[in-house]
Amino acid sequence: MTTTTTPPKDAPAPPPAPRSAGALLVELARANMRQYGMLVALAFLVVLFQIWTDGTLLLPSNVSNLIQQNGYILILAIGMMIVIVAGHIDLSVGSLVAFVGAMSAVMMVKHDLPWVLALVLSLLIGAVAGAWQGFFIAYVGIPSFIVTLAGMLLFRGLTQIVLEGQSLSPFPDGFQNIAKGFIPEMGPYTQYHNPTLVIGAATVAFLLFREWRHRRRQLAHGLDVTPAGLWAAKCVAMTAAVVAFTLTLASFHGVPVVLLIMCGLLIGLGYVMRNAVIGRHVYALGGNKAAAKLSGVKDRRVTFLIFVNMGVLAALAGCVYAARLNAGTPQAGLNFELEAIAASFIGGASMSGGVGTVMGAVIGGLVLGVLNNGMSLVNIGTDYQQVIKGLVLLAAVGFDVWNKRKAGR
Amino acid sequence: MSGPVLEMRGITKTFPGVTALSGVHLTVRAGEVHAVCGENGAGKSTLMKVLSGVHPHGSYDGEIRFEGAPVAFKDIRASERHGIVIIHQELALVPHLSIAENIFLGNERARRGFVDWDDTLRRAGALLRRVGLRERPTTPVADLGVGKQQLVEIAKALSKEVRLLILDEPTAALNDEDSATLLDLILELRAQGVAAVIISHKLNEIRRVADAVTVLRDGRTVETLPVRASPDAEPELSEDRIIRGMVGRDLDHRFPARTPYTGADAGADALTVRDWTVRHPVDHQRTVVDDVSLTVRRGEIVGVAGLMGAGRTELAMSVFGRSYGQYVAGTVAVGGREVSTRTVPAAVAAGIAYVTEDRKRYGLNLIDDINRNISLTSLPGMRRRGVPGLVDADHERSVAERYRRTMNIKAPTVLEQVGRLSGGNQQKVVLSKWIHADPEVLILDEPTRGIDVGAKYEIYTVIDRLAAQGKAVLLISSELPELLGLCDRIYTMAEGRLTGEVTRAEATQEVLMRHMTAHRS
Repeated sequence: MTTTTTPPKDAPAPPPAPRSAGALLVELARANMRQYGMLVALAFLVVLFQIWTDGTLLLPSNVSNLIQQNGYILILAIGMMIVIVAGHIDLSVGSLVAFVGAMSAVMMVKHDLPWVLALVLSLLIGAVAGAWQGFFIAYVGIPSFIVTLAGMLLFRGLTQIVLEGQSLSPFPDGFQNIAKGFIPEMGPYTQYHNPTLVIGAATVAFLLFREWRHRRRQLAHGLDVTPAGLWAAKCVAMTAAVVAFTLTLASFHGVPVVLLIMCGLLIGLGYVMRNAVIGRHVYALGGNKAAAKLSGVKDRRVTFLIFVNMGVLAALAGCVYAARLNAGTPQAGLNFELEAIAASFIGGASMSGGVGTVMGAVIGGLVLGVLNNGMSLVNIGTDYQQVIKGLVLLAAVGFDVWNKRKAGR
Repeated sequence: MSGPVLEMRGITKTFPGVTALSGVHLTVRAGEVHAVCGENGAGKSTLMKVLSGVHPHGSYDGEIRFEGAPVAFKDIRASERHGIVIIHQELALVPHLSIAENIFLGNERARRGFVDWDDTLRRAGALLRRVGLRERPTTPVADLGVGKQQLVEIAKALSKEVRLLILDEPTAALNDEDSATLLDLILELRAQGVAAVIISHKLNEIRRVADAVTVLRDGRTVETLPVRASPDAEPELSEDRIIRGMVGRDLDHRFPARTPYTGADAGADALTVRDWTVRHPVDHQRTVVDDVSLTVRRGEIVGVAGLMGAGRTELAMSVFGRSYGQYVAGTVAVGGREVSTRTVPAAVAAGIAYVTEDRKRYGLNLIDDINRNISLTSLPGMRRRGVPGLVDADHERSVAERYRRTMNIKAPTVLEQVGRLSGGNQQKVVLSKWIHADPEVLILDEPTRGIDVGAKYEIYTVIDRLAAQGKAVLLISSELPELLGLCDRIYTMAEGRLTGEVTRAEATQEVLMRHMTAHRS
């Protein structure tokens, strides 16, 4: 039945044996195989296209472009990952992106609302749309596939109704900056963008502080920790990555506003999924709904909130996309739901729920983003791009299935 | 009555770590209804799975002879070709297909790959007449009651030219009227030369239809007894005689000595259930728990004995947040104060914990680690810096580590995936989860099912420790020695009702079994 190597029956629990760094690495890698595998694949893709494009890929201007081009997909992927972890799916996000973009255009272009107010109202519309779907899924008990398939048609239709089939533009500059803007430059002239350097330094400091605090607390609780050498190596690698990224951005226009939004979501929702009761309840529901209910998890409320969250994120992505196009258009967001779902699965989600991280969704989204950007740079047609992306999705999940089978479950 | 139609000799079947059958003999004579009895876990179902090819030839030792020739079935289809058909306790019908389609499922009346509907309906009609079911063959099975569905199952078996019909608890889900119809049908088929093996807990039914009974205990054949001299004679075998065969064994498990609870409130009522009545979740006509009242005091371990289908788990789950069935009536009090147990969170808040009998389905998130399985019910209390809704992951992990050590969960770290643990260790994880929730009352449903003897002893020790700390424990178990070895008092249930309350001093396996098989007169 199970394949554990239990010690002899009467032996007391073995003390946690001190393990070598190598064994620990292997264990860590095995535990997060798809996510780590995808991180390696992402690095490989970056190197591949960096060489193939003669260095264009990592030019500061292209890195900024890449972030702004993929921001809205990454925002959707983060929400989609949470939905999938809970054992559901959301097919409506592409249409919702279009609908919220259209509503924001109506508010700002037709009715001249201030853009901040319009943004807030747009997010509210997303929340209501999510609550609408969440109600049917959580409280009425209709499968999410059906409810969101209906939502996909519904919101697409509403988009065309409110726009009367036309595109609406232009948006105020402040709104456009959500997608196209950068943190403003401040301070004396250096070769680099000053606020970006400050943000980079703060990020490094924060990450190192967090690592140190985490390690100290683990030691205080008498838990076994990563060996010191390995831990130091991890810190150095992390610092190097952030510094390189910061310098790249700082030598162009600095930190894009979208990047700030995304990092906020990544950190915020990542934290919620790891450390908040509701996040744990999402994993429990996705892993075994019956057991979670019998453990006191309020399954309906959690499911409802997941879809409200997805609605708000889709609204945010809708605003970012509309701001980037500088128009509300009836065809916005077409197939975005599929990109978000693909990103989640490439990033380690499981079809049956219970598995996946917010970070994984971002990595999965970046794999797709780098593929898109790199293939465009080397002039691969969109026809072949689709073929390749389809194969990558198949390979990523196939690798995971194969790896699990080999591990002997 | 001639020679044997079926002979099973020296059947031994082992699963990893467990010997389910050990040298079992079963002989069924031609045209005989043969009953197989035994406690839950005695090996009855395993024996029938060996016979019907669910456990294929080669996965067991021993010999099966059918109609005089040795047979070796590699799957169910092979045994069905010989005319051996098993009808499982859970019916295997497709609800949205018609009666006729269900009867010929996998065995379609077809010509050149296309279903011959005329032939299908004609034959189905004939079979329905044979089993006495007055329904049209085109009626969807979902529109039939359970009793009629059972008859469809038998019609399906008859369509396969059945020579030996195996029925696993055929009347467990039926009311008295449907049961009587079914038993009459079995007798009628016997008259037509169809032999039957019937597994049943209901000794009165065995006396009514069986010609002989084989008693199994702990995976061994205890004895085969004739029930009546000839098919038409009155039964001679008494129910008490069968019971003696089923339980006649020494207490071969060891139990820890009870440590009494000495707190000031020892003996105070901890859990009081009054007039608890629950109906079946789908079939609202059926009362599954019928007017049950019971009390568990602080520091007390109280058992609930009953055979399969007696309503024990249904009672426990309906009390625990109405997780089962349709609530009809009844109140629950914890510590003398009436509480709401309308939802699981309410029941947990009231101080009740329920440890399920099916840990894989209802107890654990198998793809997650030990750490998070243990903390699941206690997360709101593990606050990070006092902020509601946030979890202190370090505190969580040190809690899990503590339980890994004290409960002796055999895993290298608490980050081990629960699905990879053995049954006993999984059970310790579920227990840890509920112990950490710090309830007043623990309802333990078959806490030692499917785990090895060593781990059982550890679980017993944990139960004893809980009682010694003043918790009230309601212990549901199908293993009578376990109840006798641990409990201060034992309630017995049959057909959804309490049929007895026995103190430790009075309790013997015979007394309990008599109460457990008591039926509505």
